[in-house]
Formats: sequence, structure tokens, C-alpha cells
Amino acid sequence: MADLRQLSEALQKGDMETVKKLTSDALNEGLSPARILSDGLIAGMDIVGEKFKKNEMYIPEVLIAARAMHAGLSILQPKLVETGAKPVGKIAIGTVKGDLHDIGKNLVGMMLRGAGFEVLDLGIDVSTEKFVEAAKQEGVQIVGMSALLSTTMPHLKMVIEALHQAGLTSKVKIMVGGAPITQRYADEIGADGYAPDAASGVDKARQLLGIA
Amino acid sequence: MLIIGERLNTSRKQAAEAAEKFAATFIKAEAEAQLQAGAHFLDVNAGTFAEREMEYLLWMAKTLRAEVDAPLCIDSSDPVVIREALRICGKGMMVNSISAEKDTYAAVLPLIKEHECKVVALCMGDGGIPTEFENKLEIGCELVETLLRDGIAADDIYIDPLIMAVSTAQDGGVVALRMIQEVRNRYPGVHAVCGLSNISFGLPERRLLNRIFLVAAMSAGLDAVILDPLDKQMMASLIAAKTVLGRDEYCSQYLAAFRAHKLEQ
Repeated sequence: MADLRQLSEALQKGDMETVKKLTSDALNEGLSPARILSDGLIAGMDIVGEKFKKNEMYIPEVLIAARAMHAGLSILQPKLVETGAKPVGKIAIGTVKGDLHDIGKNLVGMMLRGAGFEVLDLGIDVSTEKFVEAAKQEGVQIVGMSALLSTTMPHLKMVIEALHQAGLTSKVKIMVGGAPITQRYADEIGADGYAPDAASGVDKARQLLGIA
Repeated sequence: MLIIGERLNTSRKQAAEAAEKFAATFIKAEAEAQLQAGAHFLDVNAGTFAEREMEYLLWMAKTLRAEVDAPLCIDSSDPVVIREALRICGKGMMVNSISAEKDTYAAVLPLIKEHECKVVALCMGDGGIPTEFENKLEIGCELVETLLRDGIAADDIYIDPLIMAVSTAQDGGVVALRMIQEVRNRYPGVHAVCGLSNISFGLPERRLLNRIFLVAAMSAGLDAVILDPLDKQMMASLIAAKTVLGRDEYCSQYLAAFRAHKLEQ
């Protein structure tokens, strides 16, 4: 009998081969893909996120766990599509114009995928227009922006204003983050949410969408 | 080994508070402590203040120039801020930084010529920060050659390889070390500089990694560094590294540091 707790633990250790095997085993035994995802992979990634937040795990360990998660997810994906299971939410993320930092943004993306979100990664140096276009896309509920430089922080505000002008702020919530960003700054520019780290970003996204 | 003290940066909480309160005494004390500990240049950075960067950086520069006898390293990504700061400071400062990005290069070059500055040259262009050694080397070499062609003396150029964190790029350290070696070999007289904290991003006990990387980088040819000179262990490692790398005649600096109790752990 496939053990989803074991799957979660293998994921936390970044043991890609075991994650693949246990995911396949669980499917073969007839467990629903949605349950394998939530009780195995997402449960594991949640713990990774928690430990990362508490400095009990470090970036390379998060990366190796994320790699294991992707391996499991690639086995589940076709079945999830077949059974019509929906992602918990859809979020577009990117680093603002003029800013080339991607480590933090990628971590947030991994954590969100690990939590069952569909993530549209717009990349780095993303123009205001591109963020607005993404916000218009079907199903996108959150726009997440990252700025790592004091010189690129003002772009956060520019995108938020553009989203207002395009009448999209009733459709999408706006999250911001990055080293120089604070809750105060996020409030000032009218963002719906701010998170100080990648794992908290997942909590914030869930909170904004009213997912427990 | 040229030491650029990094403590007057508003990303440090105390420095930010001092800037907000215009606390000249604190700024002066920080400057003097760094110089006492071996700094040659004092980096000043108020980038965290965004809209008020200009005001705070100019105030720090003015205060330091009036109170302390040491050149500054004007650290800003905004050429207008750099221009105004250099107006206050006069000649012989360092600018952090110029890069191969077209707009930045065009805006900063005339400033360093006019004010006869040293300059930190970042290995990045309009396409961002290259991670592959070959790309990085190409951009770095082109930047050095352009600077030389535009009349900047080799001795005033400090190439910064821009270190990637080993937590996300396993060979981030090695790429930087190879860059330092290659640039120093190809362009005699051109210096290599770097900040140390990037290497350890995302890992515990960061100071240990920073310290070990400093020694490795010095061995590759690093001859300038941006660091906290009040970090005793770091400074002791730097002094010891100079000695074992043959940059300390008759070990006199090592012995002087020993007698001054600077090597005690």
C-alpha cells in the first residue's frame, strides 16, 4: 500500500527517484491523482516551506526538494488533466522592468507550484504592459511582482496604477516582494499582499484567494 | 590589497537610522573605526531610500568629507546621484559602479573622467548578468578595453566579476575566480574587486564562506575588496592570506598585526 507520508518525506529529502517510484505506485494502486498531489507532494513542499522560513532548511535543499516535486508532478500531470482536477489558483509572477534578479522570484514560483498553484512565470525585466497582459489572461487571479533594487521599486507602483487603469484590480489581487520591500511600502503603493520570503508568499497567496 | 569599508550602507539598519536623523557623530565614528581597522576607501550607499537616496547620500558625503580624511567610494546605480556626490567630494574618489550597459556607461564615463576617479566596473551588459564563464569573460574584457580606449588608466579600473551565490549556482565561486585570474592576466595594471557576501546567500554561517572565498579570490589575483573591516576574523584571514601569497615582505604586516592583537580569534 502506497504511503503518502513516505512520499512527502522523500520529497522533503529531495530523493527524486523515490518520489517518482512512490508517485507511480500510488497511481497504480488507484489513489486519486488529486489526493497524491495534496497529501503527498504539496504536503511535503509545505513542510519544506515551513522549515525554510525557520532557517531549518536552506536554499540548495529547497531546490533539490523542488526538483523531486517536479519529477513527481510530471508523472501526475497527465492523470490530473484526465480527471479534470483543477489547480488551487493561477498566478502570474515576474521581476519588474530594469531588474534582472531571478533567484527569489524562481523560489516563489517553485513554492507556489509545490502548493498546487498554476504559475505563469513572466521572467525578469518584465514591462508594465506585459504584467497587464498577463492579468487579463483567463484564470489569472494574482499578479506577483518582485523588485530587488531600490531603483526598480517604483515600477511596482507603476504596474499597480496600470492595473487600476485597465480596470483589472477587481479581477486580480496584487502581491509584491523583494529584499528592499517592506509591508509599509506595499501598503503605500496599494498592493493587496506582501511576503518577506518565498514560503510566506504561498501563505499570502492562499489567504488572498480565501484558501484555508 | 585595497580595502573598501562597507559599513556606511543604509541597507544596514543603524546606518539607515543615522541617515534619517542626520546623525553626523555616528557617521563620523563609523568612518573612523573603519579607517582605524584598515580601510582605504569608505563606501557610501543610500540606495534603500529610493526617492530620498540623493538627499541622504549627499549628506553623508558632505559630512564625511568635512570630518574625515579618507576618499569615498560613491555607491549608487543612479548616475545623477553619482554626479552630485562627486561635485561635493572632488577628485580622487572611487565610483561604484559603471557597467557595459549602454546608458549607464554613457552617463558615468564622463563623470569619472572629469573627477579623476577610480571605478568599479561590473561584468554585466544590457543582456543582464551573464552566468556562463565565457559570456562573462567576453563582457568583462570588452568593458575593460572600452574603458582603456576611452582614456581611463588601467590603474583606475577595478573589475568586479559579480559573484553568483553557490546556493543557487554551484560553480558561482569558480566562475568568479576564473574571471579574476583571466582579467588580471590579460590586462596588467587593471585591478579586480568584489563584494564578498553574495557568495554565501541562502546558506548558514555566511561569514565562514565569505572568509574562505576571500582567501581563494586573493589567490586568484583579487587585489581589492569591499568588506566590513570591523570583522576581526575576516581581517585576520586577509592579513594571513597576504603573507602566505607572498604579498607581505619579511612577513612584517603579519607580525605587526600579531603585535597589535589583530590576529586573535
